Amino acid sequence: MKHLLSINDLSKVDAISILDTAQELARVSDGPMKKLPTLRGRTIVNLFAEDSTRTRISFEAAAKRLSADVINFSSKGSSISKGESLKDTAQTLQAMGADAVIIRHSASGAAQRLADSKWMSGSVINAGDGTHEHPSQALLDAFTIRKHLSKGADDLTGLRIAIVGDVLHSRVARSNVLLLSKLGAQVVLVAPPTLLPVGVESWPCQISYDLDEVIANVDAIMMLRIQLERMSEMYFPNAREYSRYFGLNSDRIRAMKAGAIVMHPGPMNRGLEITADAADGARSVIVEQVANGVSIRMAILYLLLAGNQEFAETGVSS
Amino acid sequence: MSLALPAPDIARALIRISHEILERNSGSANITLLGIPTRGAHLAKRIASAMETIEGTSVQMGTLDITLHRDDLRMRAPRALMPTVIPPLGVEGRDVVLIDDVLFSGRTIRAALDALGEIGRPKSVQLAVLVDRGHRQLPIRADFVGKNLPTSIEQSVVVHLTELDGADEVLIEGPLP
Amino acid sequence: MKNSNYLLTGLTLPNGSKSDIAISDGKITQIAPNLSAAEGFTKVDLSGSVALPGLVDLHTHLREPGKEDAETVLSGSMAAAKGGFVAVSAMANTSPVADTAGVVEQVFALGQSAGFVDVFPIGAVTQGLNGENLAEIGAMADSRAKVRVFSDDGSCVFDPLVMRRALEYVKKFDGVIAQHAQDPRLTQGAQMNEGEISSRIGLKGWPAVAEEAIIARDILLGDHVQSRLHICHLTTAGGVDIIRWAKARGISVTAEVTPHHLLLTDEGALSYDPIFKVNPPLRTQKDVEALREGLADGTIDIVATDHAPHPAEAKECEWQEAAFGMLGLESALSIINQTMVATGLMNWESVADRMSYAPAKIARYVEHGQVLTVGAAANITIINPALTYRVDRDLVASRSRNTPFHGMDLQGAVTATFFRGHPTFLNGKLTSVHQGTSERAGN
Repeated sequence: MKHLLSINDLSKVDAISILDTAQELARVSDGPMKKLPTLRGRTIVNLFAEDSTRTRISFEAAAKRLSADVINFSSKGSSISKGESLKDTAQTLQAMGADAVIIRHSASGAAQRLADSKWMSGSVINAGDGTHEHPSQALLDAFTIRKHLSKGADDLTGLRIAIVGDVLHSRVARSNVLLLSKLGAQVVLVAPPTLLPVGVESWPCQISYDLDEVIANVDAIMMLRIQLERMSEMYFPNAREYSRYFGLNSDRIRAMKAGAIVMHPGPMNRGLEITADAADGARSVIVEQVANGVSIRMAILYLLLAGNQEFAETGVSS
Repeated sequence: MSLALPAPDIARALIRISHEILERNSGSANITLLGIPTRGAHLAKRIASAMETIEGTSVQMGTLDITLHRDDLRMRAPRALMPTVIPPLGVEGRDVVLIDDVLFSGRTIRAALDALGEIGRPKSVQLAVLVDRGHRQLPIRADFVGKNLPTSIEQSVVVHLTELDGADEVLIEGPLP
Repeated sequence: MKNSNYLLTGLTLPNGSKSDIAISDGKITQIAPNLSAAEGFTKVDLSGSVALPGLVDLHTHLREPGKEDAETVLSGSMAAAKGGFVAVSAMANTSPVADTAGVVEQVFALGQSAGFVDVFPIGAVTQGLNGENLAEIGAMADSRAKVRVFSDDGSCVFDPLVMRRALEYVKKFDGVIAQHAQDPRLTQGAQMNEGEISSRIGLKGWPAVAEEAIIARDILLGDHVQSRLHICHLTTAGGVDIIRWAKARGISVTAEVTPHHLLLTDEGALSYDPIFKVNPPLRTQKDVEALREGLADGTIDIVATDHAPHPAEAKECEWQEAAFGMLGLESALSIINQTMVATGLMNWESVADRMSYAPAKIARYVEHGQVLTVGAAANITIINPALTYRVDRDLVASRSRNTPFHGMDLQGAVTATFFRGHPTFLNGKLTSVHQGTSERAGN
């Protein structure tokens, strides 16, 4: 596998091997010496054309723990400003010998354009492209769910997971629907009708407009960030009405079944889609998601870059 | 293909190695056995069990995966990681005995030393192998050897263990020197 | 002075009969089988080809003035001649906008000096395409360019009051308003057809209803004020139904469809390659089939290319940043052959109607859209349906290369174009009527 652009690039076996590899690498991160020599001499570029501190730091930590050299291009910094095109930036990176580019961009499909173009030859890892996908987030979410709920199984069969919020604009939702269902879970999307995309009936998941109806029967609930700009575009009348119907508060937390967990990809709008009680309570694994993110990203970098690309098409060997 | 070591010889070798380790280290109190997956891990379990029978006390035993420290990663497709399990007393200040099935170029053990170095600082590191087939490419030697098997470089040594392959045997395959 | 007498042999006429055609001093002098070549006649063997009345494109973007890096009137005229066209209507969304007599006369003059096709400028409906104030429609109609077609294409005339006034006002000048139907409120930031694919790949959708609602509104408006209405680039099955309904009630509306909307669907967007990004967007297979049916049964009156050249940097980027539009002039007739004639949906007589008689009639181009008869102007398009046209973006006559058909083998190739008796395109060569600029077209 040369690129990771979408969850559709992964078979179920591939996805599980990423989770298993992350599990081993997590142990490294817990030990006294957090560094491994595995990607020494490799150059990895973080091409972040959209602001994101946490994802960029997570990928940077992952790359450094594997001893790779990391170069950061961010929108507030050097090259990506209005006027310098994706093509020019990619050709600059190629000239610098980037083995892999981790790209976060506001345009859906930007990662694929980079991978399909002849502008550079390294691996491309999609760290979030517009409203399309965010594969590493879904993988760390699946890893977190598996760790807490799978009782030793290597996949997520039998689990029921709700994703709540602005599905229409969420790349996290799209990647998670694809991955969680691929791993055997049942996914239900909960949102007001205005925030569900046309054609969502054909996705491998269920739909509901009623959070209270769904919440008592799920093993995990994933809250999506709601952007305040959406109010001016009339997706819902105001913040109060949104929170009342779709916010995670203490009452809804109490209604959840025993052992069920609360997740959020971050950053959170405390008080809007999730109250402080819910975010900081006993069911919340939100902080752990962040730590798991580093292990998952180490696993992705390892599997994409450590081996030989020529043999990489045949998948993982043992 | 020829049978270099049949099952009874393997069993005797492992018993002898267990005694030798205990003798060299004056008992098992400070010993931590770490088997290198896949077959080294099974051998470590057997040796730990034998040592427990001889001494009457439990022995610290675990596994040490060396994949991430290999120097030949770029030469083939990415390898799956095996589990690394460090026993409760850790490795700090202890006499660690690495256990593997075959000692050949020495690169695996070099990687194991690197992996071990990132976990802690043992008092000493010793190496026990079932088979030493020569052709070292690095200055590595084993402290405890089940059997020395002279081989030519074109041959390969295949170790089968009951836990994985249904039988205990060591085979040599390939052209005769 | 070059020889202006030609004998074209081995042709099939639109009605299916076999014939030769003799041309002298810009007119057709004989149409009959087995003509013999007289002295001073250049004989051109066109066996296996079909002769059509010269094609007229009611929707082209020539980009001059203002965006000459993408196309000029000259390069666009050459592309048109290569595609078999003898007349093109140049849309008004240039820079400056064609909303005064001065600009339309400039474009008209450029077309004449280029000498490959008749370039008929289209005038804007509103000043600067602002959708608020009417442009000087009368001045443009009375200018040397004699504008009869008015359009804000690129933008929609969204305000219903403005549209009403425009429809009423052009009646004085025997004009027609050509509407680009797109409700701007429903399509803010839209990138591609709204549907299952857009939701899946995360590109903002352009729903069919945003086109259909404006079409329905304008049909009723046009009927109310008894004015002619023309709908640009129809793309949806629903739109075909609405037009059919209107025509059944005798309402005076005409509609056009582009070749790309007869062949391509929104599946092109799966690659995120913005070569497929166009406005209005490529839709679904069901829409493609409804459009083909509508063109075949005459609900859709004409084919128009919406040729929209763009420079490389406008397409070599991520989808959101890319410009909307694709080339169309050179591949149009081949696509019509492949999608409509070769499939049996239309015969050549219908093609002659949709691509020559009808567009000329709508736009009042009296010298064009004439049946091939003795005495008519020798505006003739020759296509060989058996040849394959391999589309190569590096060999196009247009200044830009944004064709989605690059690498495709289209069924049927234009082999010659005669404009007022002069071969603007023949044997792979482009020649203007002034015998000035001539370029190897390659084919």
